[in-house]
Amino acid sequence: MRLAELVTQVLEIVAALVAAPIFLGWVNQCRAWLQNRRAPSIWLPYRNIRKLFHKDAVIAENASPLFRAAPYVVFGTMVVAAGIIPSMGTRLPLVAAADAIALVGLFATARVFVSLAAMDVGTAFGTLGARREMMVGFLAEPALLMVIFVASLISATTALPAISEHLATQTLGLYPSLAFSAIAFTLVLLAENARIPVDNPATHLELTMIHEAMLLEYSARHLALMEWGAALKLFNYACIGFALFVPWGVATGELGPLGLLVAIPALALKLALAGAGLAVIETVSAKMRVMRAPEFLASAFLFAVLGLLVHVMLGA
Amino acid sequence: MSLRRWWDRAHGVTGAPSVRGLGVTAEEWLQAARDVAAAGGRLLSLWASVDASNPAAAAVYAALLTEAGVLVLELATPAHGERAVYAGLAEIFPAATRMQRAAFDLSGVRSSDPDQRPWLRHSAWPADAHPLLPAAATAAAVAEPPNADAAYEFVRVEGEGVHEIAVGPVHAGTIEPGHFRFSVVGEKVLRLEQHLGYVHKGIERRFTELPILAGHRLAARVSGDSAVAFSWAYCQALEGMSECLIPARAAWLRALFLELERIANHLGDLGALGNDAGFAFGLVQFSRLKEDLLRAVDEAFGQRYLLDAVVPGGTQVDVSAPAAHALTERVSAIAQEANALRRIYDEHSGVRDRFAGAGCLAPELAVRLGVLGLVARASGQALDARCDLPCAPYSELAPAKVVRTEGDVAARVAVRFDELQESCRLVGRILASLPGGPHLSSVAAPAAGAFGVGFVEGWRGPVFLALEAGAGGSIHRCHPHDPSWQNWPALEHAVIGNIVPDFPLINKSFNLSYSGPDV
Repeated sequence: MRLAELVTQVLEIVAALVAAPIFLGWVNQCRAWLQNRRAPSIWLPYRNIRKLFHKDAVIAENASPLFRAAPYVVFGTMVVAAGIIPSMGTRLPLVAAADAIALVGLFATARVFVSLAAMDVGTAFGTLGARREMMVGFLAEPALLMVIFVASLISATTALPAISEHLATQTLGLYPSLAFSAIAFTLVLLAENARIPVDNPATHLELTMIHEAMLLEYSARHLALMEWGAALKLFNYACIGFALFVPWGVATGELGPLGLLVAIPALALKLALAGAGLAVIETVSAKMRVMRAPEFLASAFLFAVLGLLVHVMLGA
Repeated sequence: MSLRRWWDRAHGVTGAPSVRGLGVTAEEWLQAARDVAAAGGRLLSLWASVDASNPAAAAVYAALLTEAGVLVLELATPAHGERAVYAGLAEIFPAATRMQRAAFDLSGVRSSDPDQRPWLRHSAWPADAHPLLPAAATAAAVAEPPNADAAYEFVRVEGEGVHEIAVGPVHAGTIEPGHFRFSVVGEKVLRLEQHLGYVHKGIERRFTELPILAGHRLAARVSGDSAVAFSWAYCQALEGMSECLIPARAAWLRALFLELERIANHLGDLGALGNDAGFAFGLVQFSRLKEDLLRAVDEAFGQRYLLDAVVPGGTQVDVSAPAAHALTERVSAIAQEANALRRIYDEHSGVRDRFAGAGCLAPELAVRLGVLGLVARASGQALDARCDLPCAPYSELAPAKVVRTEGDVAARVAVRFDELQESCRLVGRILASLPGGPHLSSVAAPAAGAFGVGFVEGWRGPVFLALEAGAGGSIHRCHPHDPSWQNWPALEHAVIGNIVPDFPLINKSFNLSYSGPDV
């Protein structure tokens, strides 16, 4: 039924917009608890975004239109990405337009715009951040593609919902190749979302920043969109992970009220566990030297290739 | 002439133990500095003072740290004007450069060294005004002095692919202001140049307006994290000048305060170092230990940071037997917990990887640059005023000297851990064997022209203070000297060849004062 699919599509995007800041708040809460600190409110990212939307934007005098456009482009690409990642249902009309490889391209587009905007004003920190971001990006993207290829080979399609549906409806769901891919994907997720050990989202040291350094010149609504976009990116990555490695609970086939009744709690549970897991990783590790990031991402690529080899050799 | 003969010629100076003074001619000035350097001595401090009776005459002082003690050279020079030039010491002691530049900014006495850029003067006063000259000379101050920063010339690094990163003086975090100019290729630092002096508070000028018996309160505020060290150094100089002998209990209490200050600062630094390596767990744990300590100090002495605990003649506060017992228990618990946390730091591969090898200051370089204190001890320099030139009660306490030779961030962390344990032991020892009797005696204002020196090993390094009494119980000149003067230039060298994102961690491992050298 076309209408039900349309409803699912809209629901998925709205859910992503709403849940992304909460997910970020949850990760921050878990981190605080693990460090024996009193945790900030789970709603804090929301309040922050609201506060920023109420402020007047300050823009550098020499900023080009690209600098103003970048936040909207970044936010837009993340919303579109949320539309083609099956977080609750697999029958999504937008999927016909973009498969998993296009999804990687969407993330790349956002990265290019953030980096260009960071260099646009010409400050040393923006350029520094952009340079590091590109270094992380060009190593993370191939690793992410390899992860997706393994899943694609198993299900013989590059469309993410189809992959997810295939994996969710298998009777025997044990793939050693996917285990390797899952490790690779976790490493990519940490690097791409500026988490410890690659970057430190809580730092105030401008010389060590990667992602934050690129946002230093942004304020008010532009900063709000950038931060919301970053929260959406983390949410999207988590949902890609769920779609590939723990697809159970997602409504396959026609989506009815019953399917949603299972899909929404399933997603919430997966997010809660993933957030806690992310917080554990961030608490037990220290931030590594920037020059170690290539080694870190090379091991991600290696794991993904191992996954591919295991699939080719064992057929599983 | 060897160092020995300069030392024998010099006369005793009151205040800290083993300090001598010597008036020298222009030739002797350079020769004495060379001889001290050749004998392994280093420059402790350099400052200028305008003569009290004759405003046209001034003197430049250089305090030199030798094995025998502190030798203070005094060189007469005309005050303020074209002829007020003396021979610079930068070639013998590289650390002299900034002190000489600051002495010119404040007192108008110029060195002959090539680097004549302003150091403390940014835009608070015009180039021809000098805050420490008598009021007449500074009357020319204009309402809006020109900004000296616009013309400040940083040393440029030329070459393909070299670019500059300018950081500060306003930073992304809530820290003190300082400007750092990096010349980098990619992520690699080729050169760092610091420009400080953004927190000039006019403290040396303010001293001259205070009665000499009240100056200790201002001294405690030169650098808030070293309040005990500075106020003790001030009182040591003053008591020497007034020939006041403090009660034994007061000396022991001062040592107790100084060690508590050292513990609190080391705890804070160890946490911050973990945090700068992205290991927030360390920050939270050490912050808790530091807070525990501060609360215990608050309970025992009624204040958390001991800003006004040391007063002329003794100490303001005493410690009761129950408070001493509680403090002993708390400090020994902190020592144990710090040991447990040390194991976590040592065994964490990520933290080890960040600390080891970063920001290395080789022992030879540490000697050449004349670094002091904790940084020097992490680079193989066995310097600790508590052991080398002990005042009471350190001669009896005999603290163990902690020395490492690696000179990297890991070594500075290790020195902090070891000193923390040693200070905790000393606190226990002091509290167990505190002599009885009063903790305060009366002290009279010294005669005009009296000169005294204070020398105390603070947590960062030796704090030096020179005090000159004016007429009628006033202060003619007071020069507090923080070891950060010597150690900031060493940071410029330690960071060469490291990558840009490691700088905050290296900087934190030095943890130098912005406020202390900028009085």
